Amino acid sequence: MTLSRIFKRLEGPQTMGKGPLFWTAFAVVLAIALAYPLFADGYDVGNNIYFLNWTFMALGLSIIWGYGGSLSFGQTAFFGVAGYSYGILTINFGTAYGLGVVAVLMAIAIAALFAAILGYFLFFGRISGIFLGIVTLSVTLALERFMAQTAGPQWTVGSARLNGFNGMSGMPPLTLPWFGGDIVLYPDIGLYYLVLGLLVIIYLGLRILVNSKFGNVLVAVRENPERAEMLGYDIRKYQLGGFVIGAALAGLSGALYTSWGQYITPSSMGITSAALPIIWVAVGGRSDITATLIGTLIVLSGFQALTIYGSQYALVVMGLLLVCTVLLAPKGLVANAGILLGSLFNRKNGSA
Amino acid sequence: MDFVTTLVSSAYQFGDAFAFLVLSACGLAVIFGMMGVINLAHGEFIMCGAYMTVFAVNWGLPLPLAIFVGSLFTGLVGMVIERLVVRRLYSRPLDSILATWGVSLIASQGTLILFGPTMRGVGTPLGSFMVGSLSFSYYRLVLMATAIAVLLLLYLVFNKTRFGVLARATIQAPHMASALGVDTNRIYTLTFGIGAALAGLTGGIYAPTMTMIPTMGTTFIMEAFVTVVVGGADVFIGTAPAAVLLAVVKASLTSWQGQLAGQIGLLLAVIITIRLLPKGVTGFILKGRV
Repeated sequence: MTLSRIFKRLEGPQTMGKGPLFWTAFAVVLAIALAYPLFADGYDVGNNIYFLNWTFMALGLSIIWGYGGSLSFGQTAFFGVAGYSYGILTINFGTAYGLGVVAVLMAIAIAALFAAILGYFLFFGRISGIFLGIVTLSVTLALERFMAQTAGPQWTVGSARLNGFNGMSGMPPLTLPWFGGDIVLYPDIGLYYLVLGLLVIIYLGLRILVNSKFGNVLVAVRENPERAEMLGYDIRKYQLGGFVIGAALAGLSGALYTSWGQYITPSSMGITSAALPIIWVAVGGRSDITATLIGTLIVLSGFQALTIYGSQYALVVMGLLLVCTVLLAPKGLVANAGILLGSLFNRKNGSA
Repeated sequence: MDFVTTLVSSAYQFGDAFAFLVLSACGLAVIFGMMGVINLAHGEFIMCGAYMTVFAVNWGLPLPLAIFVGSLFTGLVGMVIERLVVRRLYSRPLDSILATWGVSLIASQGTLILFGPTMRGVGTPLGSFMVGSLSFSYYRLVLMATAIAVLLLLYLVFNKTRFGVLARATIQAPHMASALGVDTNRIYTLTFGIGAALAGLTGGIYAPTMTMIPTMGTTFIMEAFVTVVVGGADVFIGTAPAAVLLAVVKASLTSWQGQLAGQIGLLLAVIITIRLLPKGVTGFILKGRV
């Protein structure tokens, strides 16, 4: 009874995929992801956490851009803010007694606060469309330039040196408090399960969110801001809400990435890095979180495979991919495939 | 430092900031103001102009002619990109941002593959002069003069020529213009080409003062964005006053706290401006007239 009620909240007009068939596929994919470390080397598993780390930022962009209709180029800014915050906090206070987890939460909160302040000026100034993109990109670039010039010894926060263009390193990895001693999560199987668990929780949580009243109003704002306003919604609050949630997810990515690699550089915010989440989400299909998630993982692995030939070649391919997606499949490749698949099954079964 | 030196130095810094803002933004502003498209490949157009200028100098052309060649070449590249990509996206301005970003990635990484991480540039010509104990570069004065000349030229082209009249007609009422026999597609291509050529000019004229790297365009784009956002849609009553305003902010903060403070000051100025004047200086000046 309660289980079916929960399932009902996971499905709705704002997400693709419903019914037993979809959830069976979901369970199969999850089972494969859970079983993967049993068949692989711990080192490889640790490396592949890299892909999962980025998905949160992509999901956040899907909320801001795909559902809310505000094209933001600021995701990597929030990523960087959270990454640096995690580094500064853990270098100064360590990760014992659960302080590592507190540092992650603080890092996300700082990124969200930054987004709330920036978003206040943007959305309450009724900036939308192109200008929102330009201003968020300018903020991201300014932040990158600011961090890149912090090379001197005067740029320290407590005992953490910001280290300019070379980036900050040496922060401890994520540590969970546990009975009988802390668990230090180096890039290995343990961290893999933690990040995978977070991803499943956030994916399902976002499904509930976008199908809730909040999500429906957000989509209404995207479809027609004036109409949503005439219906009595303060669209600025909904846009700001979506922006802050998306930024917090980017912050989670940033904190996880920094603790995973024990490393963060200003160029992780730069113009090239800022383009990448846009590409993952656009290619996947921005207005559906499942398409975004699948697209992000596919494009990331493709990018990673191409960097064997040199990252500049991989970036040229990414640029081509973006241009082609925009021109040929504006809804996103994965989303189009999903729609196609859905209509095939519906025709076969003759039901929805 | 006596009074005259301080005055000259402040004016010089203001002029330098003004020239940089105007020249960074003019290409972007023409394309945005006339077509509503933000061209994220703007920085790469600037880079293209700079590279072409350096190539032309290496072939033996004198610098002014080389800059002209760089600008012309960039304009042609711009027209090709308009034909291939931007043309299909006029009804979807957000998608045109994305597509031009894709173009920008391809261009900057392609340049990296073709010409390597850095290229030998050309030296800054013309030398310098002294006021009091401070030394100033003549070439910076040329940049300031160019900025003003570009603004004047744009005014003349869009207000006094047949092309300008047709272009403004196309912007205001595309269907009416095309019903009256204007080839609107050609106008769009030419306007985009002019914007790209202006970016190429900026690249060419700044090439002697910069290191030639494939990402050199990013030095300009933040300033370009900021100026266009503060200015709003119109090049003359928007971009020019916005550049004056921002140049004051940038020059004073830069001389007080350094380059970075200048840039952050610009950004804060933008965020405050859009909160107060969502349509930029253009909207403020045209208030009550539209």
